[in-house]
Amino acid sequence: MSAVLTAPAPSRPVAGSPMERAHPLAKLAALLPVTAVLVASMDWVSSGLVLLVAVVLLPLSGISAGQFLRRAWLLVVAALASAWGTALVGQDTGRMLLEAGPVSVSVGSALAGAATGLRILAVALPGVIVFATTDPTDLADALAQRLRLPARFVLGALAAFRLLAVLTEEWRVLGHARRARGVGAGGGPVRRTTSWLGQVFGLFVQAIRRASRLAVTMEARGFGAGARTWARTSVFTAGDVRLVLGGCALAALAAGLALRTGAWNLVWA
Amino acid sequence: MTAATVTAQGWGWRHAGRDRAAVAGLDLTIPPGQRVLLAGPSGAGKSTLLHGLAGVLDPADDSEETGRLLLDGVPTRELRGHAGLVQQDPETQVILSRVGDDVAFGAENLRVPPDEIWDRVRHALAAVGLGEDEGIDLWRDTSRLSGGQKQRMALAGVLAMRPPLVLLDEPTANLDPVGVLEVRDAVLAVVEAIGATLVVVEHRLGTWARHVDRLLVLEPGGGISHDGTPAALLAPDPVREDLAAAGVWVPGVVPEPVTPAPGGPRPAVEPSGPARSPRRDPAGHRGPAGHRDPAGTVLLSARDLAVSRQAVRPGWRRRLGPPPAPVQHGLDVTVEAGEAVVVTGPNGVGKSTLLLTLAGLIPAHAGTLTATAALKGPGVRLPDDPHRWPARDLVSRVGTVFQEPEHQFVAATVREELAFGPRHARDHRTGTRRWSDAQARARADELLEATGLTGLAEVNPFTLSGGEKRRLSVATVLATGPDVVFLDEPTFGQDANTWAVLTGMLRRLVTEGSSVVAVTHDQDFAAALDARVVELA
Repeated sequence: MSAVLTAPAPSRPVAGSPMERAHPLAKLAALLPVTAVLVASMDWVSSGLVLLVAVVLLPLSGISAGQFLRRAWLLVVAALASAWGTALVGQDTGRMLLEAGPVSVSVGSALAGAATGLRILAVALPGVIVFATTDPTDLADALAQRLRLPARFVLGALAAFRLLAVLTEEWRVLGHARRARGVGAGGGPVRRTTSWLGQVFGLFVQAIRRASRLAVTMEARGFGAGARTWARTSVFTAGDVRLVLGGCALAALAAGLALRTGAWNLVWA
Repeated sequence: MTAATVTAQGWGWRHAGRDRAAVAGLDLTIPPGQRVLLAGPSGAGKSTLLHGLAGVLDPADDSEETGRLLLDGVPTRELRGHAGLVQQDPETQVILSRVGDDVAFGAENLRVPPDEIWDRVRHALAAVGLGEDEGIDLWRDTSRLSGGQKQRMALAGVLAMRPPLVLLDEPTANLDPVGVLEVRDAVLAVVEAIGATLVVVEHRLGTWARHVDRLLVLEPGGGISHDGTPAALLAPDPVREDLAAAGVWVPGVVPEPVTPAPGGPRPAVEPSGPARSPRRDPAGHRGPAGHRDPAGTVLLSARDLAVSRQAVRPGWRRRLGPPPAPVQHGLDVTVEAGEAVVVTGPNGVGKSTLLLTLAGLIPAHAGTLTATAALKGPGVRLPDDPHRWPARDLVSRVGTVFQEPEHQFVAATVREELAFGPRHARDHRTGTRRWSDAQARARADELLEATGLTGLAEVNPFTLSGGEKRRLSVATVLATGPDVVFLDEPTFGQDANTWAVLTGMLRRLVTEGSSVVAVTHDQDFAAALDARVVELA
């Protein structure tokens, strides 16, 4: 019995990386100032520092480099593309590195490109770490219990979120079922679009049916009748406080270092 | 926890947007602790009554309530969350993503103190056989449970609320025979443990008859047609015949398949008439009307087949990661003309995946699947693998009936739904239509007649009852005259009348030389079709 009382939620897996165990709101609170600094200034010093720290912390999150790339490859590609693009079209200053007709890369534009790419990665990587290690149920508990958002709204959204996974499977089944009726792949773009729209409509119908049955299930279990208790307590620990302070410290350090080296470059200035 | 008394006094309910009441003038008393089996033909208002008892009927809009429905003297609507309800579709019985959280959900809403909740959760899960003793942790991902496990988890969620009344709406309709018994035994253990009143709705009476105190049969449009102990009502007697005739699955009675009269409307369809004349069909594509390939001709053959829902990645991307593990491999399967095959085996063994692969809807994971010239039609050039056929070439050769009829509806009315296939069928070589609009309409009319849906020809398919949807979905697939028909659990959750029509249509199809391949647990179905049984393990 005492074990039950001390554990905030017996349904939470005991194992897990430090980042997975951290309070969802603490993670968001730590992320916020860091992101604010990166958004404010376009320079490679603050971006580089944040990126460096994030890479060092990656093992703490329990996400392997491979998993990270699988989740965020699009962002990495976007970062490289913007870096390349900025280097090409950015204002040329300093020694020319490459000149081929209208295309020119100088030291200045290459640095600007690097800053752009680094900044995108530096914003993305910590965000991916936070969201990949945050369980939707824990986030909902935190929002309802700590931020006092209405339980009806938070838990409704949580259940709907779970239903989304069911609907992705439903989309595949619908595709097969419609091919079995002779609808689907083949024909010109018009026919394809019509068929796709038909499948979207089919998915809507199924989504609404599922959602209303789920609503009945939830109401039958007494949901939405008013005050409720929480089987899982959303606890803010000393470690979570340290995490928030760490986030603030990193933001301050990044901004300070960038100002000190003269790289600080306010976006709207 | 004491059990509840249920009282209905002239109770009735009309759903918003309907002309006719789902339930009307119901008078009923269920004493505390009684176990009631609620039966009746589809459309008799069984689910409406359960929803009313659970207090989840929506009084808004223009729905209309008459009389009173009381739980221990209090209107049920004021007692939402008092009665525990488990519904049919396992997927919508799951609320949260971890088993423990899901079971705790109802108790939280009833404001049970947190430390007591976890005690209740552990007891409830143990009672339904999903406890830590069975190797299921509280943090097990709910999406990784089987259908039967999901239903038992929903039951545990209800048990954790300690309700005085347990309501079950066809809780075993989507389950395999093992799952059915697991859920039934869990239900009995649960009502025993909390001493609750039980009302269970089920088509197949045999599952529950020996375990309940009372059998209530509802009549469409209101009222109770039969009320008594199962032993009295189900004894060989005119009453029992009555029930069987109303479409109730009476234990020990297998309905006689209703075969459409020969010469009359023909649901089994070989296109006839000018569209099939030699002029428009120069290759004599699969012969003239009524001439199927002789029985025994191989239509489809699979060698060393492996099947998986996850597609093998094409091209160089194959090297990116390990290939998904197939759910079945090393299968050698042939489908011959004029035979019926039934595929059985426990849930999750890959029966449906095999079916979809054979039907050309998902790619074979490994091995070869070959459609023979007999299936393609003489002189028709199509790839060997049906998965690579254009959809319109597939549907006139291979038909597939999905478990959920709604997935296959593509038109706004029942009649258009039936005419859709014939209207879009094209001759493979000439690209011309195989049926004119008038012929497509005629085929739709024939099939409406054969399925008894003529009166519903102009309604939207989504508004049909479960049995009507099933009959329609089978008929739409037969409309294009395929040589092989695949069906995924065609008799799940169907009442005895629909079952009889369905087996009659398929039996006739087989005698006319088409092949029927069905995934099913229904042994009566296999016997009615005299099917070859393939067991997957």
